[in-house]
Amino acid sequence: MTTSTQTQNMSANNFEQCLKCSICTVYCPVSAVTPLYPGPKQAGPDGERYRLKNKDFFNEALKMCLNCKRCEVACPSGVNIGDIIQAARIKYSTHRPSLRDMMLANTDFVGTMASPFASIANPVLKLKPVKAVLHGVMAIDKHRTFPDYTNRKFESWFKKEAAAHQAHYEKQVSYFHGCYVNYNYPQLGKDFVKVMNAVGYGVNLLEKEKCCGVALIANGMPKQARRQGEVNMASMRKAIAQGHQVLTTSSTCTFTMRDEYAHLLGIDNHDVRDSITLATRFLFQLLESGEIKLAFKNDFHKRVAYHSACHMERMGWVPYSTRLLRMIPGIDFVMLESQCCGISGTYGFKKENYERSQAIGKGLFDQIKELTPDCVATDCETCKWQIEMSTGVTVENPISIIAQALDVEETRRLNNA
Amino acid sequence: MKTENNNHQYDVIVIGGGITGAGTARDCAMRGLKVLLVERHDISTGATGRNHGLLHSGARYAVTDHESATECIKENMTLRKIARHCVEETDGLFITLPEDDLNFQSLFVEKCIEAGIQAEVIDPELAKTMEPAVNPELIGAVKVPDASVDPFRLTMANVLDAQLHGAKTLVSHEVIDVLVEQNRVVGVKLRNHHNGEEFNAYAQVTINAAGIWGTLIAQMAGVKINMFPAKGSLLIFGHRVNNMVINRCRKPANADILVPDDAVCVIGTTSDRVPIEACDDMRVTPEEVEVLLSEGMKLAPSLGNTRILRAYAGVRPLIASDDDPSGRSISRGIVTLDHEKRDGLAGFITITGGKMMTYRLMAEEVTNLACEKLGVNKPCITASTPLPGSEPQQESKKYSFANKASHGRHGTLDSKISTGDAASDALVCECEGVSVGEVKYAIDELHVHNLVNLRRRTRVGMGTCQGELCACRTAGVMCDSDDSAQRAINDLAGFLNERWKGMQPVAWGDNLAEAQLTATIYQGLLGVDQLTTERRADYYEI
Repeated sequence: MTTSTQTQNMSANNFEQCLKCSICTVYCPVSAVTPLYPGPKQAGPDGERYRLKNKDFFNEALKMCLNCKRCEVACPSGVNIGDIIQAARIKYSTHRPSLRDMMLANTDFVGTMASPFASIANPVLKLKPVKAVLHGVMAIDKHRTFPDYTNRKFESWFKKEAAAHQAHYEKQVSYFHGCYVNYNYPQLGKDFVKVMNAVGYGVNLLEKEKCCGVALIANGMPKQARRQGEVNMASMRKAIAQGHQVLTTSSTCTFTMRDEYAHLLGIDNHDVRDSITLATRFLFQLLESGEIKLAFKNDFHKRVAYHSACHMERMGWVPYSTRLLRMIPGIDFVMLESQCCGISGTYGFKKENYERSQAIGKGLFDQIKELTPDCVATDCETCKWQIEMSTGVTVENPISIIAQALDVEETRRLNNA
Repeated sequence: MKTENNNHQYDVIVIGGGITGAGTARDCAMRGLKVLLVERHDISTGATGRNHGLLHSGARYAVTDHESATECIKENMTLRKIARHCVEETDGLFITLPEDDLNFQSLFVEKCIEAGIQAEVIDPELAKTMEPAVNPELIGAVKVPDASVDPFRLTMANVLDAQLHGAKTLVSHEVIDVLVEQNRVVGVKLRNHHNGEEFNAYAQVTINAAGIWGTLIAQMAGVKINMFPAKGSLLIFGHRVNNMVINRCRKPANADILVPDDAVCVIGTTSDRVPIEACDDMRVTPEEVEVLLSEGMKLAPSLGNTRILRAYAGVRPLIASDDDPSGRSISRGIVTLDHEKRDGLAGFITITGGKMMTYRLMAEEVTNLACEKLGVNKPCITASTPLPGSEPQQESKKYSFANKASHGRHGTLDSKISTGDAASDALVCECEGVSVGEVKYAIDELHVHNLVNLRRRTRVGMGTCQGELCACRTAGVMCDSDDSAQRAINDLAGFLNERWKGMQPVAWGDNLAEAQLTATIYQGLLGVDQLTTERRADYYEI
């Protein structure tokens, strides 16, 4: 009878659906290394009840959350624990972002400024005295090295070298390259174009692309993140109107635009969300349905260990990348135990987080060092920095590995491209 | 119980550990009387622990009962000062919905002002920004100084202050007889429920402050009081949907008050006559749940999809006027019966009627009378002396969830809770932030003998999980200080049973899932039902 009036229990980010089973805390990489963090259950649904009573119950220790979302993967009740914590930080934190936070968060701006001076900036940022200043004054940990800036942005390369012949392809996609491809590692973008062209797809850049905003959210600048997100959504709508899927090569950008836009920034992305997808997922689905075929070089051999980036886990997309990699005959594939590497974007760059960041990733680093693979594959660029710094093993995006292994001529022939 | 307590001579025995009894014991003790407070179960088990937790502004009574309204607003302002740590200054709204008569609003405001209640008509749009949970279809709103009050804390603070002034408290001591000698009550016969021991306590004045059960006490003394138990049912929701009290601006009716209490909110009440025999075991019926929910949704529509934690019911101690034994004219005002004048029975006073809001005033009235009988001439200072925990304090920086939560519960007395080491700071109750240190403090100083007592002092088990995670941990801590594993197991089973009683009437959705997980843990995994030696028929009826 009463169920006629109460058919469904709902609360913000499902916080009240929490059954207090505490599985999230078991899977929290931060709780595993420090007792100072209250853990996802307490920082999330438990804390939320009291924050609704009084905002003074907000605890700055919530900053220790990596936003890895492993708690959400573990939750059997569908509670968006990570979102609750991030939303609380956005709503209640009284700490304004520091100059350091702004610099780390504005990947777009800093990249634009640094790229023209890459030949100077890269070596300078590696100098010990410079690192000491960054450590002491900016609180950017001295162990960290900024990823090299490129002297030729991906966008510049694309416009000059690739754009002209993209229209020849019958089928078209749009590409959200992200800051890392544009300012630091254009090779990944080039690899992407190479693979897509080989299977008969032309690549288009979006009319306007802004940083997805993940670092802005994490550093307490949601307004700017929202502005940038709206720009991206508007550009993507135009691309989708032309029948394009929007492909990416970064799991974090993808996750942010698909899920965090709506949950944390209040951006309405329901009409765009399903068209944003990771390149590996797009390719795998086409291969499965028989729409495309891939041919690989006979002389390609590599021992590859795959690391499941946290946001890949959250999206449930790990199998797309791994099954794609396993199709390459010359690959000796090893699956690493799924765990957070500890960097979480800009988190690990901060002096106060460095030790915790390394403690979180330690198990992963040990595993990699023991396996001695030729390279580690992962879909996230910040995991790449962390694993390379902490193990010395090269880390590559699955798309780059496919590009290396691909027999381009044969693939083109198979796909009539 | 040690024998030195027996056959002691007191100035006053106060019967009943509800808010009225506790307040009376405090007032008597502060006037220098030698006081014994006796309670058959636990502090605040009766109506005191089973109401809205609303610090009425008096607005609800303004139109129908000017006297009650005036008393309420006066006590409201007093309690904000003396019981700071028990009160949350939320303010309240009286809203008019399209189905209500908007003309009532002007009468309502006029009567509020008459009673000294600051009632301010505000724009419905402004009301929506002040309280986003309010029904957006409202056509009128009045802001009043309602607030939220924690009855458990308030009662405990009164008991503590009585003790600080020399009063003795005996919980789990039931009055089994009132001792009468030559038309004078000289004391009471008590039974200690922990060990079954029976003994007498003597005093010059015995005050009957036993709420609805006061009628039974009076019977033992050979006098008759016409009580009319009125059952009121309420629902507790899993979190706060509102931060202001929301009332309907109309004549008082069912389920027209929604109060934010601590981390939850409470809708109530219903009102039904029940027989006195039913008062010891109140059950909330499906019909009452339906009324509470459907009417509650008119105040705040989001209640319709918010998890309900529990349903509970209390009994209002309404009393028939002496000149109308039929009970037709029932007063909600304070009733002090001097049985010497009324029945020719000296040394016996009954204080009843009234409401939690006016407990201090009730205590003052009855203490005045007791003092008069004892020839003591000392003024009442309870309105100006802060309760323990509410003393003025420098703004202190509290960091952890548990530190902040326990400060909210104990006020300045939180300085007695050990903290700073891992063992004390470990949480037993994660929903409500109760630490091992807080549990130990409660066991040592707040008359805690079992988990249910502890819940009333600390909110252990009152959160979303309703004991799922905290019950066994807390039983462990209790066992440490008591050393009887079997008693701890029985206590644990009893506590879980008591939690389930409140969940059962609203067992659907997430609440039912939670209950099933709890049953799986305690029955399936721990086998508590196999281990208890006090198995009750209704234990775990899932």
